[in-house]
Amino acid sequence: MADTNNEIIKMEGICKSFLGVQALDNVDFTLKKGEIHALVGENGAGKSTLIKILTGVEQADSGTIMIDDEKATIKSPMQAIDLGISTVYQEVNLCPHLSVAENILIGREPHKFGFIDTRAMNKKADEIMKDLGIKLDVTQTLMTCSVALQQMAAIARALEISSAKVLVLDEPTSSLDSQETEQLFTVMRRLKSEGVSIIFITHFLDQIYQVADRITVLRNGKQMGTYEVKSLSRIELVTKMIGRSLVEYDEMVGLKKESVKSIKKESWIDAEQLTSGGCVEPFDLQLHAGEVVGLAGLLGSGRTEIAKLLFGIDNPSSGSLKMDGKEVKDYSPNKSILRGIALCPEDRKNTGIIGELTVRENIILAMQAGLGWFRFLKKSEQYEIADKYIKLLNIATPSADQLVKNLSGGNQQKVILARWLAINPRLLILDEPTRGIDVGAKAEIQKLVLSLAEEGKSCVFISSELEEVLRTSHRIKVMRDRKMVAEFDDESGDAIMHEIAGSAS
Amino acid sequence: MKQRTKLFFLRFGPLILSFAVFVLVYFVGSRLYPTMQKPQVFFNLFINDASLLCVSVGMTMVILTGGVDLSVGGIIALVSTASAVMLRNGANPYLVIPLMILIGIVLGVVHGWIISDLKVQPFIATLMGLFFARGMAYIISLASVPIKDPVYMKIALTPMHIPFFEKAYVYYTSLVGPILLLVAIYLSYFTRFGRTIYAIGSNEQSAVLMGLPVRRTKILVYAFSGFCSALGGVVFSMSLLAGYGQFASGMELDSIAAVVIGGTALTGGVGNVLGTLFGVLVHGTIVSILQFNGTLSSWWTRIGVGLLTLIAIGIQSIFYLGQNRSRKGSS
Repeated sequence: MADTNNEIIKMEGICKSFLGVQALDNVDFTLKKGEIHALVGENGAGKSTLIKILTGVEQADSGTIMIDDEKATIKSPMQAIDLGISTVYQEVNLCPHLSVAENILIGREPHKFGFIDTRAMNKKADEIMKDLGIKLDVTQTLMTCSVALQQMAAIARALEISSAKVLVLDEPTSSLDSQETEQLFTVMRRLKSEGVSIIFITHFLDQIYQVADRITVLRNGKQMGTYEVKSLSRIELVTKMIGRSLVEYDEMVGLKKESVKSIKKESWIDAEQLTSGGCVEPFDLQLHAGEVVGLAGLLGSGRTEIAKLLFGIDNPSSGSLKMDGKEVKDYSPNKSILRGIALCPEDRKNTGIIGELTVRENIILAMQAGLGWFRFLKKSEQYEIADKYIKLLNIATPSADQLVKNLSGGNQQKVILARWLAINPRLLILDEPTRGIDVGAKAEIQKLVLSLAEEGKSCVFISSELEEVLRTSHRIKVMRDRKMVAEFDDESGDAIMHEIAGSAS
Repeated sequence: MKQRTKLFFLRFGPLILSFAVFVLVYFVGSRLYPTMQKPQVFFNLFINDASLLCVSVGMTMVILTGGVDLSVGGIIALVSTASAVMLRNGANPYLVIPLMILIGIVLGVVHGWIISDLKVQPFIATLMGLFFARGMAYIISLASVPIKDPVYMKIALTPMHIPFFEKAYVYYTSLVGPILLLVAIYLSYFTRFGRTIYAIGSNEQSAVLMGLPVRRTKILVYAFSGFCSALGGVVFSMSLLAGYGQFASGMELDSIAAVVIGGTALTGGVGNVLGTLFGVLVHGTIVSILQFNGTLSSWWTRIGVGLLTLIAIGIQSIFYLGQNRSRKGSS
């Protein structure tokens, strides 16, 4: 077929698992010559794992990679560069204290009489940047340049040093303003016209429609398909990204119907036009006892910011937050815990569990903090509490003395839940509680949230997976571009999808 | 135009600053003790701090990679003792000197290998080197060993007159440091090796990803420092005409202070060797001032150097903080 010659990279049946969690499940990916191919998916969908396998940072468990119709095993980033695959990361991997010219050409500087010919080097770097259509003084130190220009320098280096055929841009626009982004796109289009293939990872949908030719969507490590950008509408794209499936749906529906009855009439938390400066636009939010409120939206839509505001990590710049009718004045996580609010943060590994401590120690952590430094819980009490929650939450651990780092992701998440349940909170904020854990554990955590609601606790449930939000929440608030744009009850998945995508149907 | 001057100051600010500090300290000294206005007092700085300048040049290169070499004083002690004992036993000085330099290079290579391949902190690896070298010096001889070798004595005691300055002189050993300095300037600015040193210090992870020979460069840089220290040791033993395990104790810290006063950041990637010259001269000037005073304890040297180092680091961090802030702001 004539078509295959056009494919510069062909990855087939790629599987990869980390500690029992399937990060990639039989993913195919092809890259054509001279195309801009967007790779999209929510966090944990497997984008970065796929790229790491392509660039030699990780090795696939199974599957084949063909480059120019030849089978290739890529063992290291250096080898990937030799094969013509260069990556420009979100954080620029250059040396901030060297000049722009040096960053582009170091390792290949022109020499004259045993001296580096700085003038020739600057001239060459200047030409390279001009070729990319960028005007700048290449003798200046890299760190005095804007991030956009630093990224351009990184791209210039990738093209110059490794004569890249394939350029991987990993979230290149996340720290660029719109003008800088446009500048980057101009360069991308220029490269494309010169026959360079570009893999473009981003979570900005607009940008995909601006530059990309094709899209590959990943969700939960599975490939949801590869499409021509023109033939895939925004709403279809979002549907593919966050998806809906009916696994265990019926059981959850039953549970939820039960739990609706226990919702109290009056709200006890009342946020009015609350905002923290630029992070999120003013929003209203009422929470009732016994209710689960879902926050739906894509990554970066302002969901986490709301959680931070409610928990007192960020101070509001205007608006008011009332609890039990009284206005909250002193914001701090500590005060919030005393008021009965608990937050399970998004980044479990870094801000949630303490891997080197045991399950028991992790569980009693918040409780001990509440007691202060001098009133220690007796060992026997600690075990009692730990064992109670291990049983209650069905935490799979040999004993309460197991180190948390040895548990699976789902069980780690349950340990964090147990930690907060131990202090008997009235409001539980769960930020992406099911990210990176397997399907069974996900369902268990979702059920747990509903049963907690039934006991009269309020819950804010944040997730990128719409199906999950739909299953667990009594009410759903939709976030888009740092704004709370709509509120729904649970029955309107498609409408929510439209709101998330921002395409009025 | 304004942008240009700003960039100029960003690049050369610390260097200008270290020069200014030296001029200021020397000026204050010469107001207090007018004898210091004599040219010979200035040239004495090169005589007195000849070996400090040698080791500081090597130290600068190491610190530019983001590392540190604590073994320099130990190597001086080892080299001085070993050469004194060998010369006492009638060894040929023209063989002794290359052998001593070889010892320094080998120790440096071992440091570099431990640091780059075993991923040991430079602080720890070179601290072990310090213990080893100083320990070996005492094992070779517990007492101070005088050097009576005619070649050493000739090199050590023949003054070299400075053109244009009547009566002013230095010794031949004083030339070693400045020559090393020129070599280091060439290496750091005009060779790939030198630029890789800056790249490593700036961001080692990036340097690896950019395909630069990080491992080789790190080993070479510690070897260079060992080479400089060994030369410093030879210079030291010539100027005191003795070898002793106690020699140059704490010189690693004086050297680090000189590098920092010279405008090199301890985090690596920023600074230059020329600044280190001024750092060493500042150290020497403070010593001179105290000698002229005569009544103050010589320990005031350390206090003075310490204060200046602190000020230098303070100014640097304001400098670099400002830069980082402007970077953060745009990200």
